Amino acid sequence: MKLNDPLTRYVVRLGDDALIMGHRLSEWMSRAPFLEEDIALSNVALDFVGRARLFYQYAAELMGGEVTEDTFAYQRDVRDFTNLLLCELPRGDFAFTLCRQFLYDAFSLPFTQALCHSTDPQLAAIAAKAEKESRYHLRRSSDWMLRLGDGTQESHERCQNALEQLWIYTDEMFECDDLVNDLVVAGVAVNTSSLRSTWLETVTETLRTATLAVPESQGGVTGGRVGIHTDDLGFILAEMQFMQRAYPGLQW
Amino acid sequence: MSDNMSLVPNEQKFQSRIDAEEKVEPKDWMPEKYRQNLIRQISQHAHSEVIGEQPEGNWISRAPTLERKAILMAKVQDEAGHGLYLYAAAETLGITRDELIDRLHTGASKYASIFNYPSLTWADIGAIGWLVDSAAIVNQVSLQNTSYGPYARAMVKICKEESFHQRQGYNIMMTLMQGAELQRDMAQDALNRWWWPSLMMFGPHDAESAHSAQSMKWKIKRRSNDELRQQFVDQAVQQAQAIGLVVPDPDLSWNEERGHYDFGAIDWQEFQRVVSGNGPCNRQRLAHHVEAHTEGAWVREAMAAFEAKRRTARAEVA
Ligand SMILES: [Fe+2]
Ligand SMILES: [Fe+2]
Repeated sequence: MKLNDPLTRYVVRLGDDALIMGHRLSEWMSRAPFLEEDIALSNVALDFVGRARLFYQYAAELMGGEVTEDTFAYQRDVRDFTNLLLCELPRGDFAFTLCRQFLYDAFSLPFTQALCHSTDPQLAAIAAKAEKESRYHLRRSSDWMLRLGDGTQESHERCQNALEQLWIYTDEMFECDDLVNDLVVAGVAVNTSSLRSTWLETVTETLRTATLAVPESQGGVTGGRVGIHTDDLGFILAEMQFMQRAYPGLQW
Repeated sequence: MSDNMSLVPNEQKFQSRIDAEEKVEPKDWMPEKYRQNLIRQISQHAHSEVIGEQPEGNWISRAPTLERKAILMAKVQDEAGHGLYLYAAAETLGITRDELIDRLHTGASKYASIFNYPSLTWADIGAIGWLVDSAAIVNQVSLQNTSYGPYARAMVKICKEESFHQRQGYNIMMTLMQGAELQRDMAQDALNRWWWPSLMMFGPHDAESAHSAQSMKWKIKRRSNDELRQQFVDQAVQQAQAIGLVVPDPDLSWNEERGHYDFGAIDWQEFQRVVSGNGPCNRQRLAHHVEAHTEGAWVREAMAAFEAKRRTARAEVA
């Protein structure tokens, strides 16, 4: 599936981030450390899947014809997906999932806040809803950083390890390619490189309170935006798209 | 009345409260057997909600559309919530959630046997929502009037959500029946596999039910297994027919005189086999729960340690 229109490509990108993040979170259902977390994690997962649907529905509207939200989720291969690598990494243990969530939420809140001011009214409307969710997500994942960072030695170590593993994937959130830069000029997209300092402040402050160390910068791995993923995305898609691939063209 | 004469005064008073449809509350005096019986029933119910997350949850990642995915996630999340309400109701009887989970893991406490069957195709998600949630509704509506207050109130909350579950399941089946032949076959196959286990959900016939008589007298149960099963069959058969599904029971027929469907004999050997732990997925279902619980131990410890540090810090300030 070739996407040419810059706005459509941008919207699909945001949808991909949300869908893949939602997918990873949903893997926790029936596997959380206790029942309340089964519910809380699925709440957040639902927010992300809901967000993905809004972006994809908008992209489908922009494309017209037979395209629906499901076309984006189920009819594209790995090279067409443009989500951040951070979102697709396997869920790992509870510390890894919550650290990933925290690092992303600390980005997602200022991002959705900025997107509320997009000159594209549809994007601004989606952002307005997403911003409220992100506010809650960040509060929740920050609380977990405190509990795990300042809990037991084991939880502290698991968190610190997770942060070290994840850090290299955080650069990509602030990357602006030509597509983004052009849309920033038009007032449509968010200049994510300008969010880095806010993000780092939030992260540093929370990690400090949680007695965790901010990892040393290790450079960044990127590629998600041009469809160069980790090995893991293919397996997500294999599972997610199974029905549509095995039984194409049917209503479910 | 003559029955109540043999009871000690406390129990006599208790029984007359029950007879007068008064609700029993946590602080009220209650016979030890009433308490134990309730713990058994409520915890079995709670565990069923929680173990039930598995057969449906394993289709969240494979749901065929984003809308179905979101609906299924919300549904499974509700079931976890039901588990939570019910554990809370059980805890009012003086048992902790840890103890309840321990009983689940040792096999001392059961859960609905139906969740020991696998969900093999997408149509199973339809069949589970339609049949298993229907059966749950029939049972739970009757329990809204159960004599124990916290249990009755949990049932009221839960029933509100169950009808959405049932509708989404039936809607999946209906969509399949309106689709291609392979989809109709998928739906029929799912019904064939889930029908009899659904009937078994109501438990043994009244005559053979170990706990029934006393539970009815205490109004822990309000309607008998066979009555509830009949109500389920009567409504499910009509729903099946409405969308062109064939109920896999050659003996099924409308009995004009009774105003109910007659149905074939349930394979109680199969029921016993699965209840006693030898169904297709018993081991995986339990192992999955044990594994998640064990793997989560360090998280629960971290939470406890964090709270303890906070308490100390607060105490020092004060
Ligand atoms: Fe339920
Ligand atoms: Fe349900």
